[in-house]
Amino acid sequence: MKISKTIYLFFIPGLILYSIFFLYPTFSAVFYSFTNWDGISANFNFVGFENYTKAVTGDSVFVKSVGNNLEFMLFVVIFQTIIALIFAIFLVKNTKVNYMLRALFFFPTILSSVSVAFIWTFVYDPSLGILNQILSLIGLDFLALNWLGNGDIAIYALAFTQVWFHAGQMLIIFVAGLHAIPFDLYEAAKIEGATKWQTFKKITWPLLAPSATIVIAYTTIQSFQAFDLVFAMTGGGPNNTTEILSTYIYEVAFRGYDFGYASAISVIFMCVIALITYLQFKVLRSNRVSY
Amino acid sequence: MFFRRFAIFIYAVLILIPLIMVMLTSMKTREETFQNPLGLPEAGINFDNFISIFYEQTMAGYFVNSATVTLFSVTLTLFFASMIAYGITRLNNWKGNSLFGLFSLGMMVPPQVNMVPLYSLVLNLGLTNSLLGLILVNIASTLPVAVFILTGFMKTLPKELFEASTVDGADNWKMYAKVTLPLSLPSLSATAIFLFVMHWNDLLYPLLFITDNAYKTLPLALLDFQGQYSTNYPMLFTGVLIASAPMVIMYIFLQRYFVAGMTSGAVK
Repeated sequence: MKISKTIYLFFIPGLILYSIFFLYPTFSAVFYSFTNWDGISANFNFVGFENYTKAVTGDSVFVKSVGNNLEFMLFVVIFQTIIALIFAIFLVKNTKVNYMLRALFFFPTILSSVSVAFIWTFVYDPSLGILNQILSLIGLDFLALNWLGNGDIAIYALAFTQVWFHAGQMLIIFVAGLHAIPFDLYEAAKIEGATKWQTFKKITWPLLAPSATIVIAYTTIQSFQAFDLVFAMTGGGPNNTTEILSTYIYEVAFRGYDFGYASAISVIFMCVIALITYLQFKVLRSNRVSY
Repeated sequence: MFFRRFAIFIYAVLILIPLIMVMLTSMKTREETFQNPLGLPEAGINFDNFISIFYEQTMAGYFVNSATVTLFSVTLTLFFASMIAYGITRLNNWKGNSLFGLFSLGMMVPPQVNMVPLYSLVLNLGLTNSLLGLILVNIASTLPVAVFILTGFMKTLPKELFEASTVDGADNWKMYAKVTLPLSLPSLSATAIFLFVMHWNDLLYPLLFITDNAYKTLPLALLDFQGQYSTNYPMLFTGVLIASAPMVIMYIFLQRYFVAGMTSGAVK
């Protein structure tokens, strides 16, 4: 069937905005990454791969922020996925109470990251914070730490906040995935006398693989985007121990006025995300089964 | 069974305690927070901090800015994205698929990666300290997700529908506006909610482009309060409550749509 040529008009408004405010900046990041532009003056020089070699060999803060970012990502992906999966299984039945609990666990997702950052800065406050208050109340004073001020644990305190923020959203995706598994598979397993663990291993987990792929891929991207939380809670400190790639880009560009170098880090950042996403899809795809 | 109940109880407490604490703290004075951080507010239920934050800050202005940016960003993203999704669905050939691929690219690149070149672009266009600038950047950044969700939905609509309408002499615009859009309402509403939450809560773009108080949105204003009030948690939490109120109210009434919307956004 012939479609009128007017169909192409439908793309125009979106395509124009998308080209100006997304495609153009994305490609110009690659361009600027080969320059020494300061972001203000009209002149700049091409410096070849200098920015890239500087990042990889001469900048300990950059290396640190890649490490922090991966650490943060691993913590969030592992804990958030496990917590979301366990509670999705607990709350899978569509009862009234389960509806309410799911709605409650989902709730933090609708808050702004600045609000979540303030809430948890207060929870972690060394003297006023509810966490240390409770710890000393139950006699665990030695555990009452300066959560965000101690460079060894701050990144985990932030990662925990991220899990609190988004686990409910992943829980809902898992619940939807669980509801898509045909019920008669469980009946058959029951008749054949399978244990709970066997049922989980042979039916639930393999058939949940598509949802797990989504949850893990989305969590990974989200944990790379944790800019707002880190920016508002620690600003990358103390001593860059919570600096992640995005906060470091902001630091280099808007406090150090080194736009060329910040662009190079952006390009590396983009490649890291693309690589991780690709690997995850490959690994998780190979685990798929159907009955 | 016991373990299950216990685990659910712990999780629920973990969600509720910080939220209750925000509400209680917003009714306290600063001194009270230092002396008695966990207890109930001495003055009982009161809104003193609400009144003073409206005196001290241009809260109404921030609120209007946030609402303006969110409403325009959501509506225009939905409008442009649904047109593109309709185009891709109708073309249904390599051209449509490559356009779909081009827009999907936008989902792979997080906005934080683009912040440096985007900032210089917006600066050069003279769109810093402008709500219009925020709206345009917002649309471009959420267009990919919206196109992705809406195309997925429109492709499930029966093809005969388009063919029958063409025979009846409907042109593309009529078929889009009178046939496709009404049938796509479930997915449009889910996408709308997803976009609402994203744009209302966005911090990054205002942080990059807005320095003038007259154009600040709530999340950015909130971040500034941290500098002004430092450890004055009652004031900070009053700000948190005001900034979250519209989303919370919407969540209470449209809970089902929220869950559908926020997860359709995740499935990308």
